[in-house]
Amino acid sequence: MGLSALALISVSALALSGCATSNDDEATAAGDASAIVSTNGSEPQNPLIPTNTTETGGGKIATSIFAGLVSYNAAGEIENEVAKSIESDDATNWTVTLNDGWTFTNDEPVTASSFVDAWNYGALFSNAQSASYFFDDIVGFDYEVDSELTGLKVVDDTTFTVELASPEADWPLRLGYTAFMPLPSAAYDDMAAFGENPIGNGPYMLDGEGAWVHEEKINLVTNPAYDGVRKPVNGGLEIKFYSTQDAAYADVQGGNLDVLDAVPDSAFETYEAEFGERSVNQAAAIFQGFNMPYYLEHWSGEEGKLRRAAISMSINREEITDVIFQGTRTPATDFTSPVIDGYSDQLDGAEVLEYNPDEAVKLWAEADAIAPYGDTTFDIAYNSDGGHQAWVDAVINSVVNTLGISATGKPYPTFAAALEDRSNDALTGGTRAGWQGDYPSMYNFLAPLYQTGAGSNYEDYSSEEFDTLLKEGAAASTVEDATAKYQAAQEVLLKDLPSIPLWYSNVNGVWADTVSDVVFGWDSVPLYYQITKG
Amino acid sequence: MLWYTGRRVLQMIPVFFGATFLIYFMVFSLPGDPIAALYGDRPPAPGVIEQIRAQYNLDKPLLQQYLIYIGNFFQGDLGTTYSGRPVSDVMAGAFPITFRLAMLALAFEAFAGVLVGLIAGLRKGKWFDASALVVSLLLISVPTFVLGFLLRLVFGVQLGWFRTTVSSEAPWGELILPALVLASVSFAYIVRLTRASVADNLNADFVRTATAKGLSRRRVVTVHVLRNSLVPVVTFLGVDLGSLMVGAIITEGIFNINGVGGTVYKAIVLGESTTVVSFIAVMVVIFVLANLLVDLLYAALDPRIRYAK
Repeated sequence: MGLSALALISVSALALSGCATSNDDEATAAGDASAIVSTNGSEPQNPLIPTNTTETGGGKIATSIFAGLVSYNAAGEIENEVAKSIESDDATNWTVTLNDGWTFTNDEPVTASSFVDAWNYGALFSNAQSASYFFDDIVGFDYEVDSELTGLKVVDDTTFTVELASPEADWPLRLGYTAFMPLPSAAYDDMAAFGENPIGNGPYMLDGEGAWVHEEKINLVTNPAYDGVRKPVNGGLEIKFYSTQDAAYADVQGGNLDVLDAVPDSAFETYEAEFGERSVNQAAAIFQGFNMPYYLEHWSGEEGKLRRAAISMSINREEITDVIFQGTRTPATDFTSPVIDGYSDQLDGAEVLEYNPDEAVKLWAEADAIAPYGDTTFDIAYNSDGGHQAWVDAVINSVVNTLGISATGKPYPTFAAALEDRSNDALTGGTRAGWQGDYPSMYNFLAPLYQTGAGSNYEDYSSEEFDTLLKEGAAASTVEDATAKYQAAQEVLLKDLPSIPLWYSNVNGVWADTVSDVVFGWDSVPLYYQITKG
Repeated sequence: MLWYTGRRVLQMIPVFFGATFLIYFMVFSLPGDPIAALYGDRPPAPGVIEQIRAQYNLDKPLLQQYLIYIGNFFQGDLGTTYSGRPVSDVMAGAFPITFRLAMLALAFEAFAGVLVGLIAGLRKGKWFDASALVVSLLLISVPTFVLGFLLRLVFGVQLGWFRTTVSSEAPWGELILPALVLASVSFAYIVRLTRASVADNLNADFVRTATAKGLSRRRVVTVHVLRNSLVPVVTFLGVDLGSLMVGAIITEGIFNINGVGGTVYKAIVLGESTTVVSFIAVMVVIFVLANLLVDLLYAALDPRIRYAK
């Protein structure tokens, strides 16, 4: 996101403020503006405080009841909400100007302080918020002690400035993420109570006190004061919490649920025939693969590179996505996702992700020439409570059939148990790895996973070349430059293969004939405000 | 009788402490850091996990954790879940619906099971008996989830007679289908138990005496045969009450009921000791009381059984 893109933001803001309210009413004549759309969800892991909501169950509610500086459209592009403009000359010092007239549902106006205070709350060490690390590039952030974000300065009610520790041209891209939502001053009196009955400024609001029935559902109604780009054409949402996707699917079949954003494995074969036009199967911002740790013998250095490439080429991704997943996964060609700007299936070295048994056998033999692999069993660790067994076994079979080595899946009873061995460098082989994008940017798919010392880089990958390219990409002044750097960084990954990419998860959804205009966003969540019913 | 009851109630105390400590120990021993796992593939800042571990006393040794828990327990504080909800709230949400479901299932298996078993026992070898045996064999051999999916598909999706899942208000009508699924296996066992027991008792001396006395067939069957045949059935029902309360995970999952089984399962996977132990403590009390009730019922059903002072 460079200067040209910034200009675009301002232009779109003007266009939007010109037409946001006047014509919408006619456009919505199709549906009943008071109809409540029911959809699936899961019990939020924490009280609904935006900076402590980093999982999908709470995320889809928080995104509905709060409006940040920007929001994402179906394509994952940002559109201004509270922000009038977000501008910078050097990608380090940003000036954020807010639109007038935004209020929280308790009538408190949304001002620059609503953002600055909320971000400071989220970043403060002792508040232990799960999203605190999203603020770590703002000047003043500290991982170990309480420290104010001195880089945030309120200029006046509608303006604040942000100083970043280093230039980041695509910084505004992340501002639609839940961590960056504003909070009303009422929140700070008792944050836990606020999280039970949050007061937001988004397209929806809670349907009175106690709208959140724990473990059961949450009822949202449209916020009459909301006047942004996500103006709802329905009357509200009933988000029902399901413990199994299967029960939710039966509810759509039985007419008790309007929209479902997930299809259970058991219906992979039948859902498209059953729901036809009322179903979706499109790539989503979810990357899946498995990682080979660098602390294992045989898997580092030149020998490691050869073995990683050999394993990768021994896997028949097309066949596995067809047979095991019935086409609900898309074979990987890079380390991001097809819904992310800059995704490519033309990267140099991407042929290592194609099934090529002859080459695989050859590379494995070359690695054996450096140091014989012996009779060590190759394994892939996974948590058996996550539905991974089928594909792990399929990948293992692919490896065994191609390379003729002994290999096996290594199940752990729970995610916690698998994570423990991963974070303690105690794996004996590969490990399942996945990533769902927080915000639609290549950087979000690369930095947290492969940068030296990054939080989710459990397998200790470290490449100076990659780190440099990533930094250059972040600081690039145009989108094209940034994309080129990120793609070059991925070409390094394709050579090193710290993670062996497998496929991208698709979003699979179905909906009842009671609703129409169901469109899924980049983050696999339907754009609820667009759904018409009745 | 009073003495006996009192002694049995007092026995609950060591059972309570033993069971809660054992469960606490087992959850504690689960591999992995439950707090780190809460964040999935995206770990928070390192300090965040430590602060939250301290907040839940997970940084302390096992015995100290347990003592803190028990100390708070007797002050009426059951602790909070990892999402910050009081465990007492979670229990208030899960127990009533599971209890209603269990009662409905128990009522169904008791009445229908005894009735079918009685008729089959009285007409041993006839077509009714034969079909009761075949049906009960089927119910025992078909796994609960198959039956659950099947009934939901047929009566929920295709015929639309019942809701496919139970709504959050959970009126009795919506619980019928899940209760039938939950009761199915036990129903089959009760049919077989009652049938065998009735068939046995029909040839017993006291039945022959009663018939010889000139009592009506109706009175012989209800008072003499049935009442004496109920001892094994009541034992079974007592044990079954416990498993209906905790063991309904599969049925709860199929019909999306937010009950005890699913909550405990989720808490075990999350390593949430306070939730698991609090639920188990209540379960222990229910089990012990149900067993006591069964033992007392023996005396009422079978005049030969008397509890000494």
